Amino acid sequence: MGLTYQSTGRSTTREIFNVHNAGSELVIALAGNPNTGKSTVFNALTGLRQHTGNWPGKTVLRAEGSFIHGGRRYTLIDLPGTYSLHANSVEEEVARDFLCFAKPDATVVVVDGTCLERNLNLALQVMEITDNVIVCVNLIDEARRKKMHININKLSNALGVPVVPTAARGGEGLSELMAAISDVALGRVMPKPVLVRYSDAVEKAIAQVEPKVREIIGAHINTRWVALRLIDGDTKLVQAIQRYYNDQESKQAEAALEVLA
Amino acid sequence: MNSEAAVGNLLEEAKTIIGDQQAGIRDGIVKSIYDTSENITKDVVSYTSANRVDWDRKIDNIITSPVWGFPIMFGILAVIFWVTIAGANYPSEFLAAQFFWVQDRLTELFWALNAPDWLHGFLVLGVYSALAWVVSVMLPPMAIFFPLFTLLEDAGYLPRVAFNLDRFFKKAGAHGKQALTMSMGFGCNAAGVIACRIIESPRERLIATLTNNFVPCNGRFPTIIALASLFIAGSVSVTIASAIATLGVAVIVVFGIAVTLFVSWLLSRTLLKGEPSSFTLELPPYRKPQVGQVLVRSVIDRTIFVLSRALVIAAPAGGLIWIMANNTVGDTTILAAAANWLHPFAGLMGLDGYILMAFILGFPANEIVFPILIMSYVSGGTMVQMESLADLRHLLIDQHGWTWLTGLSTVIFALCHWPCGTTLFTIQREQKNWRWTLLAAILPAGIGIIICITITALARALNLV
Repeated sequence: MGLTYQSTGRSTTREIFNVHNAGSELVIALAGNPNTGKSTVFNALTGLRQHTGNWPGKTVLRAEGSFIHGGRRYTLIDLPGTYSLHANSVEEEVARDFLCFAKPDATVVVVDGTCLERNLNLALQVMEITDNVIVCVNLIDEARRKKMHININKLSNALGVPVVPTAARGGEGLSELMAAISDVALGRVMPKPVLVRYSDAVEKAIAQVEPKVREIIGAHINTRWVALRLIDGDTKLVQAIQRYYNDQESKQAEAALEVLA
Repeated sequence: MNSEAAVGNLLEEAKTIIGDQQAGIRDGIVKSIYDTSENITKDVVSYTSANRVDWDRKIDNIITSPVWGFPIMFGILAVIFWVTIAGANYPSEFLAAQFFWVQDRLTELFWALNAPDWLHGFLVLGVYSALAWVVSVMLPPMAIFFPLFTLLEDAGYLPRVAFNLDRFFKKAGAHGKQALTMSMGFGCNAAGVIACRIIESPRERLIATLTNNFVPCNGRFPTIIALASLFIAGSVSVTIASAIATLGVAVIVVFGIAVTLFVSWLLSRTLLKGEPSSFTLELPPYRKPQVGQVLVRSVIDRTIFVLSRALVIAAPAGGLIWIMANNTVGDTTILAAAANWLHPFAGLMGLDGYILMAFILGFPANEIVFPILIMSYVSGGTMVQMESLADLRHLLIDQHGWTWLTGLSTVIFALCHWPCGTTLFTIQREQKNWRWTLLAAILPAGIGIIICITITALARALNLV
């Protein structure tokens, strides 16, 4: 990988989030509601190759691990369990900022198969930020026990992203999940998320704001999503954008100075 | 690049574009997302059986019911305490035996090497034996309590506890999740303080942090239990004694919870004013806990973590105690001189100088309070383990004139005094503000002192002692 703007830019923002081996390995984020077995999926995928710490500057626990698939090493970041990405809490802010600025190569949204309706909210919000989403319908064994049947193909079509059913406790579906992750992370599969359609007033406003967003921050962050957040009056996101791009610019300036010296 | 200001301006622009509708826009956006989820779910989920029994709902109706919720909760907690207390006894004795066997060998080694007495005393009798005490007293209860607690967590019971206690904490102006951090405090206050991270609002997190110390941790349980069995149950038969002792401990625990609620209420009316924030408490489905996973996580993440911090603090404290017990000013040891100096104030609280001294010296870790007290009483120079409760009873009551008031005051002060060094260190690390850390020490100590002085004054005025 050459030192393109994208590669250096991405690894510098990832450094802000303390991601180890930023730049060389593929980075996968793990999102999900609390109590969906997200940690079980994380533990099942990474085994004991993990370490815990804090999110930079936040008292939110963070776990990072890695797994090897097809001869490649993948770094897995366990995002805090959240119900939404509206930055109502520190956890939601951490999760949103990571997806938005560290730009993982793929994001797995773990949903509880037994209460899909409540859990899909988060998946829909993640899909607004990044295309590279895999939905992992976990606790499929419990759903079966409750005599529920989930049509995985139909769900995948409705969302426009790969969907993998798992029962992480028993190890069911994990190899399929790894395969789906690597397909998306390596670009063999390009998900085309079906986005939420908002009311006409909101959609019209998005159409007006989005070009201006593109003008200013380029295509680094999903512009439709930024436009939506701006319309919602999300000052926290504006602050976050300023903070991260500031950091990144100064880091790049430092790097440039080092080359000159 | 001047993108910073530009993004800020865009926010203003967006506001003008959407105009006066912005107030309702968040609800509209959330509703669109929810509707989409609902539609997709309807499309893809089907039930193969029409009349399914929702066991989770049925169990919840009992466990979180206004009538049965509390009895069940206290029952489960009592069983966990009992298993911890009873189960920790034997491994504690075993570990102590091993550690003190090693200590004897170390002593022989120092003698063989002709090491000076003070070096042997400081390193072996001071530092090493303090470490040995902390490990043998602290490790077994933690290694039992934490996995049991994690099992409850894994099975999905803890959110129900929070649900039951939520309304009390809400009335106190605190966060419902404080019920969870308080429960963690029963294991270890330092761990409880770390658990306060789950509370998002800084105000409520602070309340939970400052009041965490009001429930007795594993380090203080041994003191409370020993005193309860000595003073409450001293005169009756053995089987009744253990039941009464358990009841005594239970009363102390309930008293601790009451103080927690009262102080939370006080703080949220004075220093930390504000409305309790609402939170979505999801009652997750009950699950069969994964025993292996639970063991690994609770041992690595909690037990080893907490223990290593305690050890770091106990080592220098052990050395200091040895120095104080073995150096003299005039014709008494420094330890005795300090105890005499503390005696007048301690007397007001119904304690004596040595007891208050032991609490002060036990600051690094509460589990060394009782050993220090016994050590100072016997003036043997190092911390000793009493062979049985009968020896202890003889030492305290016959030799040092303890009354029921001394016992009660000591138990109350064990419940309400400054947090141990590890906990304060953790509070400082979490809050990063020495004023709050200081308050976390002053608040419980002040309350403990006031309660003890009041009880003592009352008892003496009524000629009860």
